[in-house]
Amino acid sequence: MSKHTPGFHPTPVYLNLLKVAGLVLFLIGLGLFTFSNFQDQFRITPEIAEQLSAHIPDAEIRQRLSPVVNQTFDNKFILIDNINRLLNPDHSIQDYQMGEYRFWILKTALSGSIREQALNWFFFSVVLAVAGALLYILTGLHRKPGIKHDGIFFDSAMMRGITGILLGGYLIGFYIVLYWFPQYLVQSIALVDPVSEWLRNRPADRWFMYGFLYTLAVSVMGIRMFIKYRHSNYHLVRTASVIFFQLAFAFLIPSLLERLNKPSMDFKNAWPLNYTFFTDWNLNSLIAGGNLGWFMLFWGIVLSLILVPVFTYFYGKRWYCSWVCGCGGLAETLGDPFRQLSDKSLNAWRVERGLIYSVLVFAVVMTVMQVVNYLSEGAIFGDYTWRVNQAYSFWIGSAFAGVIGTGFYPLMGNRVWCRFGCPLAAYMGIVQKFKSRFVITTNGSQCISCGNCSTYCEMGIDVRWYAQRGQNIIRASCVGCGVCAAVCPRGVLKLELTNPGERYNLVPDDEINALMEKN
Amino acid sequence: MTDLVIVGNGIAGVTVARHVRKRSNRHITIISAETDHHFSRTALMYIFMGHMAYQNTKPYEDHFWKKNRIDLVRGYVTHLDTTAKILTLANGDKIPYGQLVLATGSKSNKFGWPGQDLPGVQGLYSYQDVELLEKNARGASRAVIVGGGLIGIELAEMLLSRQIAVTFLVREKTYWSNILPEEDSRLVSRHILEHGVDLRLSSELSEILAGPTGRVRAVRTASGEEIPCQIVGLTPGVHPNIDLAKAGGVPTGRGILVNDYLETQIPDVFSCGDCAEIEVPGDARNRVEQLWYTGRMQGYALAKTLCGDRTAYQRGIWFNSAKFMDIEYQTYGFVANKPRSGEEHFYWEHPGGKIAARLVFDQADRAVTGMNFFGMRMKHPVCEGWIKGRRPVESVLSDLNAANFDPEFFRSYQRDIIAAFNQQYQASVPEPKRRFLQRFFA
Repeated sequence: MSKHTPGFHPTPVYLNLLKVAGLVLFLIGLGLFTFSNFQDQFRITPEIAEQLSAHIPDAEIRQRLSPVVNQTFDNKFILIDNINRLLNPDHSIQDYQMGEYRFWILKTALSGSIREQALNWFFFSVVLAVAGALLYILTGLHRKPGIKHDGIFFDSAMMRGITGILLGGYLIGFYIVLYWFPQYLVQSIALVDPVSEWLRNRPADRWFMYGFLYTLAVSVMGIRMFIKYRHSNYHLVRTASVIFFQLAFAFLIPSLLERLNKPSMDFKNAWPLNYTFFTDWNLNSLIAGGNLGWFMLFWGIVLSLILVPVFTYFYGKRWYCSWVCGCGGLAETLGDPFRQLSDKSLNAWRVERGLIYSVLVFAVVMTVMQVVNYLSEGAIFGDYTWRVNQAYSFWIGSAFAGVIGTGFYPLMGNRVWCRFGCPLAAYMGIVQKFKSRFVITTNGSQCISCGNCSTYCEMGIDVRWYAQRGQNIIRASCVGCGVCAAVCPRGVLKLELTNPGERYNLVPDDEINALMEKN
Repeated sequence: MTDLVIVGNGIAGVTVARHVRKRSNRHITIISAETDHHFSRTALMYIFMGHMAYQNTKPYEDHFWKKNRIDLVRGYVTHLDTTAKILTLANGDKIPYGQLVLATGSKSNKFGWPGQDLPGVQGLYSYQDVELLEKNARGASRAVIVGGGLIGIELAEMLLSRQIAVTFLVREKTYWSNILPEEDSRLVSRHILEHGVDLRLSSELSEILAGPTGRVRAVRTASGEEIPCQIVGLTPGVHPNIDLAKAGGVPTGRGILVNDYLETQIPDVFSCGDCAEIEVPGDARNRVEQLWYTGRMQGYALAKTLCGDRTAYQRGIWFNSAKFMDIEYQTYGFVANKPRSGEEHFYWEHPGGKIAARLVFDQADRAVTGMNFFGMRMKHPVCEGWIKGRRPVESVLSDLNAANFDPEFFRSYQRDIIAAFNQQYQASVPEPKRRFLQRFFA
């Protein structure tokens, strides 16, 4: 009697051990990164008070800190209380300005182990987490090339189980603190000071820390995509593209420009996703930035008003959303494990249309106000421009795009912002719907209605609805990630470029079964 | 118009309902014992493997049926009275009908093996089968699958996804060789082995053995070998489910006998899908077609007939597709497992052994009559057009990329295929130039 099944090779034990080890390393790194913010030791020495002149130019205001100079604080909250009380006794300093002061005082006054052993902290948090993640990810090479979605629907992290909810909670919390209470993150931000100093020749601020982590996430999870889709050239090329644009355009080029004390810009960040481009302060800074500034102004306008619609005509909005965009880059890498969580119902589609076009209208109205305000030097809308700006920045720019957009990955899928909120996606969606060569075609009557395409559509498009009718798919929201075509077990779907007029190609009786009538 | 009642909510029955609704306002009821709503039977494997939940396998949202005024009844029909035109459900409810469509699908084959009804032994066809497999898989480490068709390989893939070792007993010399030509069959067999399946060719089941608890503990093969296991999957195909038709006195053979219009011999009773046996005049064998695609096409034709536009079901150019683990398969036209007389088979295989193409053509006029593709996607309408238009094989080859349906940036194998053809037949089909840039700017 045979004891073992010949040929059978279950997942080896060592592989599971490696996965667990990777996970543990990652969690230690993440834990230390988070825990670092409780390593409170602050001391405002006279030298530090002097250094603060870069952030608090007014010497009189700096002077107000003198009662706490040379005192050591081992509790952030007490120091913050002191700052609030001393710096702004008559509430004459605006909230935004106070926020900046508070942050830089804490950041500069940070002392203790994080300052003294910054590299160690960096290593045991960031580097360890990356190493752990890579170890976990590399075990994917054991699986044969091909679509391997085994067990996704049983997985707590990927199916809104307790792990998923905790993960979502962590991300949401991180974003809330990052956007509105950065003073509680100074240690995490100080951790990446060595990188910031090396790259930009200046200490890290929260956006540098965020950009650095963001780029790491896209790159590390991009490697996961390379492994997962090593059978699909489309996904390999596309993933390489999002990593490149994040690394070069969103991270390195702006950092180097800062190092050179030039106006900084993410050259791929098109209006209206980039909602600060037409603000008076940005326009002023660009105009003051010499030839480079003028070029940036020119490029920003050409990109948004000419290149975006022209490229969308030729390739569909995917050229941006799933090849270039930073939000899309994160969604396609870090967010990939959560794509099945998007809601495919007709109701979700209704909500989507209502929301995304509202945001587009909001963005356009705001921009018009900004430009009028700039040209009239504030004569027409006055203070309202600034208020509308503030509202947009808070509700759309931070709450929607950040907290919900990324924090909700494990709760509502990886494209919540792109699908329900992004005004640039809405703008390109209109072009894609009405005048573009891009279409997903359906292969005759081969669809078996299995539902893999709809399930794994991150934009919540019910792809199957079209495929089973033999109908081509032209949807404003489609970002062309190509996953529907990849997961189809019958090869029914293909992303194609064709003559815009022939895209709809409705089969007579709008039903593929009519094929047989042609016999 | 009278009430239309459809028994069975699979693709055939549901297609009838949807198309009757498009063409008329009559009252429509679908009765099913299996599930409340229509789901994709072909997706059952993905539920077990954790690729999807049951909810994801429903092609229409639940509100679709109400919106389209298609009544859904969950129940098992026990009696059919074709004189009084009344159906009786297991719970005693009576449902009168004006016209009746029997779309009762299939049942798994069992060939009277000793032990075939033991706990732990099962087929894979219905939603309930997947629920049962979920129970049977608990704590199981080894399984034996009997019967080398499409369901068998699906079941093997499902069990492997749960780390359950699989022994696959196939009666033929290579996998699915009653359908696939030898090279194709070998390619798939190799792939099955690569996935760690213990594939036993030319092996037959003789007996399923029970353990002390009465559950299956092993199988014995015809050669006398005993293979221990906790699950036995019986997948030697399916047969039409004709119980209800028989009970109601509707004439049956292998399936429910119908003509080309899918009409049974009883007035106002119709049948389509897996359960229907289409009578073919003369000596040829009647047709029982048990595919998703044929169920849908039959449902469509029948819906027209039911709405007064009497339409014969014509299958058209044959096509089918499947996925063997990681290898996609498409077939168009007719590809016999051995060349028939007057027929030539050209086969090309990529050195990697996972991509292949087979073109069957007529020796006389060189017209392509059938095609098999492995690991490459081809356009259905283009392939169909070639076969219908009797395009010569050389012309098809030089135009092969026109049918390519692989994703962007995938390599085309047209040049390799043409080179192999030219070598094999001393032909000189011109190789197309590489047109890399044109693919971007065409």
